[in-house]
Amino acid sequence: MSNGHTRAEHFPGPLHHPPLTSGEARKHHVPHEHHPKLQHHFDSMDQQLEASTLGMWVFLVTEIMFFGGLFMAYLLYRWANPTAFQEASAHLSKGWGAINTVVLIVSSLTMAMAVRSAQTSAKPKTQVMWLVLTMVFGAAFLGVKYVEYGQKFHDNLVPGPHFVWTGQYPAGAEIFYSLYFCMTGLHAIHMIIGLGIMTVIAIMAWRGSFDARYYTPVEVGGLYWHFVDIVWIFLFPLLYLIGAHYGAGH
Amino acid sequence: MDTPSYLNDGHGLKSWLLTKDHKRIALLYLVSITVFFVMGGLFAMFVRLELLTPAGDLLASETYNKMFTMHGVVMVFFFLIPSIPAVLGNFLIPIMIGAKDLAFPRINLLSWYIYVLGGLFTFVAALSGGVDTGWTFYTPYSTAAANSHVVLAALGVFITGFSSILTGLNFIVTIHRMRAPGMTWFRLPLFVWAHYATSLIMILGTPVIAITVLLVAAERVLHMGIFDPALGGDPVLFQHLFWFYSHPAVYIMILPAMGVISEIVQTFSRKNIFGYSFIAFSSLAIAIIGFLVWGHHLFVAGQSVYAGLIFSFISFLVAIPSAIKVFNWTATIYKGSVALDSPMLYAFGFIGLFTIGGLTGLFLSAMGLDIHMHDTYFVVAHFHYIMVGGAIMGYLGGLHYWWPKITGRLYSEFWARIAAGLVFVGFNLTFFPQFIAGYLGMPRRYHEYPPELQVWNVMSSAGASILAVGYSLPLVYLVYSLFAGERSPADPWGSRGLEWEIPSPPPTANFEVTPIVTHGTHQYAPSKEVGVV
Repeated sequence: MSNGHTRAEHFPGPLHHPPLTSGEARKHHVPHEHHPKLQHHFDSMDQQLEASTLGMWVFLVTEIMFFGGLFMAYLLYRWANPTAFQEASAHLSKGWGAINTVVLIVSSLTMAMAVRSAQTSAKPKTQVMWLVLTMVFGAAFLGVKYVEYGQKFHDNLVPGPHFVWTGQYPAGAEIFYSLYFCMTGLHAIHMIIGLGIMTVIAIMAWRGSFDARYYTPVEVGGLYWHFVDIVWIFLFPLLYLIGAHYGAGH
Repeated sequence: MDTPSYLNDGHGLKSWLLTKDHKRIALLYLVSITVFFVMGGLFAMFVRLELLTPAGDLLASETYNKMFTMHGVVMVFFFLIPSIPAVLGNFLIPIMIGAKDLAFPRINLLSWYIYVLGGLFTFVAALSGGVDTGWTFYTPYSTAAANSHVVLAALGVFITGFSSILTGLNFIVTIHRMRAPGMTWFRLPLFVWAHYATSLIMILGTPVIAITVLLVAAERVLHMGIFDPALGGDPVLFQHLFWFYSHPAVYIMILPAMGVISEIVQTFSRKNIFGYSFIAFSSLAIAIIGFLVWGHHLFVAGQSVYAGLIFSFISFLVAIPSAIKVFNWTATIYKGSVALDSPMLYAFGFIGLFTIGGLTGLFLSAMGLDIHMHDTYFVVAHFHYIMVGGAIMGYLGGLHYWWPKITGRLYSEFWARIAAGLVFVGFNLTFFPQFIAGYLGMPRRYHEYPPELQVWNVMSSAGASILAVGYSLPLVYLVYSLFAGERSPADPWGSRGLEWEIPSPPPTANFEVTPIVTHGTHQYAPSKEVGVV
């Protein structure tokens, strides 16, 4: 390339070079709205909202696959140890599990109300109220989880060298509890991250960032929150309820 | 630099490390994956040096195990998977679709930092003694037996996986939502289609390897028994979960390279692609079918024979979309005005080597034959034909093709052709003898072998040194071109596509005004053979 020619000159034959874009169309500049929250690389607020929402949906797909590995392991080991899983499941507290399920479903309702209040340009105070309520229910869920985990430590049901099982199938029960801690632990980490996200969104809402024209973070944060709730809706029956016929739970 | 471009829009380290410009982030990736490529190459050098002689004389067997493990981990997770998507894809996808940036510029920068963090973990693992499990981290060896830094390396893989997930997520949203007016799906350059398919694998597969290595770490640290047979776990579950990602990961490496080749063959044959929609959909087909073949890694792992049959059959199926691409590229080149510039040399190399790699894959998807070949050098040769002969050839071809666009400089075409020739010769000399050695029964992952296999190994090691020279040359003349290379015009190859309509190097915003696209890319002069689409 040191000979001063461009490489295109190698080629024989006609070199029609129609530009991909229409020159006239290029000059035709459609002025778009300039909302302060419109990032430079988007053309409109709609495009920005659609991109963010799709982004969260795609992220949730990756989350499904992430939890999917654990559900796969659950499926396999429950199939291999059906009785052990029932026996082990009977030692989980159905009461706490049910309470937590209700708590999370209610938190999804308050989350939906938070999104709704932003979409309808409700007062910042109202938006913050719904968000804080959501966080209170989320924290209550984690509190119950803390109590439950404490009981498991106390009863030596944490897998590892200190695991004690007096029932018929210690190996299967230990796998059950490994899965229990991995699945609910991962879920709890997601809840904690969700609380962090809600804190940021609540601060933004307090400053009056959201109205009918811009509510992307609330919408996207809400999608995440609902997803974490739905994971629990699967975890609860799979972990707590399969031992229902095995004998009285605690 | 006289004209304003993304390169002189802001100076100093901070303007690079905090940039949200997809073009600058692409260059950050370019530098960091080059570092890992050199690192992985050095590990390979020790492997090839050890295998020069039948006796295990240079390295102790434990050290040798660490060398091939680190070679695999670094090359797969830190070079091949990010190579084309994070560098060329990052740079080109927004420009090719007429956008100012990816949909999420901050997440794009975050993905680079996550990559670097994962890399640091692996670096520390390497420096503090390495890992010896093989890049596959098979249990129970990795959980119970291996006496090395498994958790560190596994966390490195876990972390860097999120960088891959975020890149894939960003690409999918960008391609869906950021296309310029008139840039319909079937006007998209095939490079973009290939990256769309790649991104699907990244978002669907990577989370599974993430949870899998997390479970390995949990088993090692907390003594949970998910994969430990002594505790009722099943080590084969690990293999299923691992290959559910790691087989599609091969397509993360090869699909973007196929996208590069689809662009190069059109430009340097001066013809529109033959069968645009077939190439576009074959990318999706590879991505989808690629998720259903992982069991062919488990033919000898105690998988049921019926599962094996089905996996074998689907593995054969994946050859169809791959072959469609090869035939269509060939048909594109046929009767074209072919110019043998360096990118085209890499493209020719890719087509030939990928074909060999793909066809030997069919040997291995046949269950009976696989029992003979399993864990031999035949497998090693097969996947290096795909990953090195395919993916790296595509990467280098693309890097040469778009280098003038990225840097605004022209490199020495003379040296580039020599390098392409050396890479091709060196590659074949390195890996073709491994097919033979493997067929004759040389197992992989041993530092010793019977003396009668020495001739193949000497050839292989000799080829590797040629390959090393071939890979080092671009480092020299490409870097040299940055300082002394001639300025590149907007379209040095007489190519087509949005990226060639804007200046080289592009301005920060790519397009002053969002362009309105009126027809597809690569519309070369109509001729009797090829009608205008």
